[in-house]
Amino acid sequence: MSLDLIAYAAFFLTMALTYAIMCLGLNVQWGQTGLFNVGIAAFVAIGAYVSALLTTPDAADRVGGFDLPIAVGWIGGALVAGLAAWLVGALTIRLRSDYLAIATFGVAVTVQLCVLNLQPLTGGAFGIGFIPRPFGDLAGDPLAFGLSNLALMTAVVLALYLALQHLAKSPWGRVLRAIREDETAAQALGKRPIRFRLQAFTIGGAIMGLAGAAQGQFIGFIAPDNYLPILTFQVWAMLIVGGSGNNRGAILGAVLVWGLWALSAAAVSAFVLPEQQARAAALQIVMIGVGLCLILLVRPRGILGASNALASLTRKRTPKSKE
Amino acid sequence: MNPQFLMDGLIAGAMIGLGAIGVTLTYSILRFANFAHGELLAWGAYLALAVSGALGLFSTTLTRPIGLFSFGWSLPLAAIIAIVLTGLLALAVDGMLFGRLRARGGAVIILVMASFGASLALRSLLEFIFTSKPAYYTKALQIAVQIGGGLRATPDQLLSLGVALAAVIAIHLMMTRTDIGRSMRAVSENSALAGIAGVDVRKVIRVVWFVGAALACIAGIMTGLLVQIRPYLGHDLLLPLFAAAILGGIGSVPGAMIAGLIVGLSEAAAVQLVGAEWRAAVSFVILVAVLLLRPRGLFGRAA
Repeated sequence: MSLDLIAYAAFFLTMALTYAIMCLGLNVQWGQTGLFNVGIAAFVAIGAYVSALLTTPDAADRVGGFDLPIAVGWIGGALVAGLAAWLVGALTIRLRSDYLAIATFGVAVTVQLCVLNLQPLTGGAFGIGFIPRPFGDLAGDPLAFGLSNLALMTAVVLALYLALQHLAKSPWGRVLRAIREDETAAQALGKRPIRFRLQAFTIGGAIMGLAGAAQGQFIGFIAPDNYLPILTFQVWAMLIVGGSGNNRGAILGAVLVWGLWALSAAAVSAFVLPEQQARAAALQIVMIGVGLCLILLVRPRGILGASNALASLTRKRTPKSKE
Repeated sequence: MNPQFLMDGLIAGAMIGLGAIGVTLTYSILRFANFAHGELLAWGAYLALAVSGALGLFSTTLTRPIGLFSFGWSLPLAAIIAIVLTGLLALAVDGMLFGRLRARGGAVIILVMASFGASLALRSLLEFIFTSKPAYYTKALQIAVQIGGGLRATPDQLLSLGVALAAVIAIHLMMTRTDIGRSMRAVSENSALAGIAGVDVRKVIRVVWFVGAALACIAGIMTGLLVQIRPYLGHDLLLPLFAAAILGGIGSVPGAMIAGLIVGLSEAAAVQLVGAEWRAAVSFVILVAVLLLRPRGLFGRAA
């Protein structure tokens, strides 16, 4: 019995860590650069589908199934998602700041549509099954399987965390911070804000793709329903709860919010009448939406640069209203 | 190609255009992309449903169809009440959320993010109250009539087109001929300067919210009457609304309406040429094309 519990805990934590990867990607885009992405689900979906396509065995009813190693799938998923992010960014980052938000919203709608309708490629509404899982030969032993996957995902998150911490401290990260704090000053020092923003957006997109690939491979099955707008919203809630701009916070927030989400979903299915469950789930989302607005109202500047010395200095001066 | 797509496109385009006018007004005067605007359409549709249902309880003569139309007097009456209620809802959200964030003078993107949160809360609240089951104003069926040129339309569709046309003309006259319209344009040019010149900026903002919400409510009721009422009604129209507002040029009322018709007609044409399942991608294609070729839109000024 307790072994089952440990296996379940390993499963839960592994899932939470895949969300932590998405959250780290969002942190590069929003926390460190201030780029608002409302299409997280799209980039995650691209990563998941590309990876599934590369690693599944040859299937008769759809294109591909290239039967490549899982690592190739992960890298391929990240690269294609990064490319998609680069295209969206190249199109909109030089324009008004909210055009990027609108464009990412459009990408989310369009990717969802493609995944549903490009049946020969994506399996349509039924999705893709039988995706090879890491340590698949251990599947007979749930505990060993769960723990080795958990170890793998922990290693990925740790490596990503260290790389991103290094990146944030590097000259590149300092330029990003400078642009976020004072774009004109950074420009006067010869840095091109558009280029750095585009790079950050691309890296963030690639990380989300990696998360999608890792999650798809871990579950072994993907379908369009996994990549609805609610996914985007969950990742946002994770980053904001954890504290944006802070990589450790991003990971912690992912585990916390995923835990709360799973617990409240379990509570809803246990205590609410079946015919009322959809309504209870809706109420759950209302509360998160209200929570996001409340955080924006109560901790206005804390969201953009909580872990930043410069931000706390500028806060003491009168806030300048920027266009 | 069947010419009927012109009729379908015009009707979809009229709904998109009405919604896009609200988006373009809030965008040009409050200076942010309001992701919660779609929810005003959905709320408008549901408020009208609730009021018309309540009116039907009082008197059954109100629900008896008027002439050729599928609905009784309860719907037009409910529409008027719903327009006012939707306007009040927009003012309440502004007072609780956007107004406070504006007063703080933070970055634009914070407002966009707040609107994203608000849209989620508002939409799920609808789902909580009315459940996600589709609803209808009336169960009556309507036969489409020939209107010449091989086109067919139901009386409801023709009435909706007429209402949309009247609403757009009214808004256009308000923007160009009245004091409040002039104040609105002044604030959209430069809000600080307009304030110094004696324009009551807060009143202008209230009017913008009310007008935008009223048009959204009309568009929502039209969608509900001609298609169906769902909590996701506004969310699914949001991308077409943004595409139309940007294609028309931010701040231009006629631009938003014309662009709305273009988006609607392109969608209808795509349904015939490519297939109905790709309809939702049309707005994205238009959006990308505008951002690539002419980011200021058809009638917008260079930033």
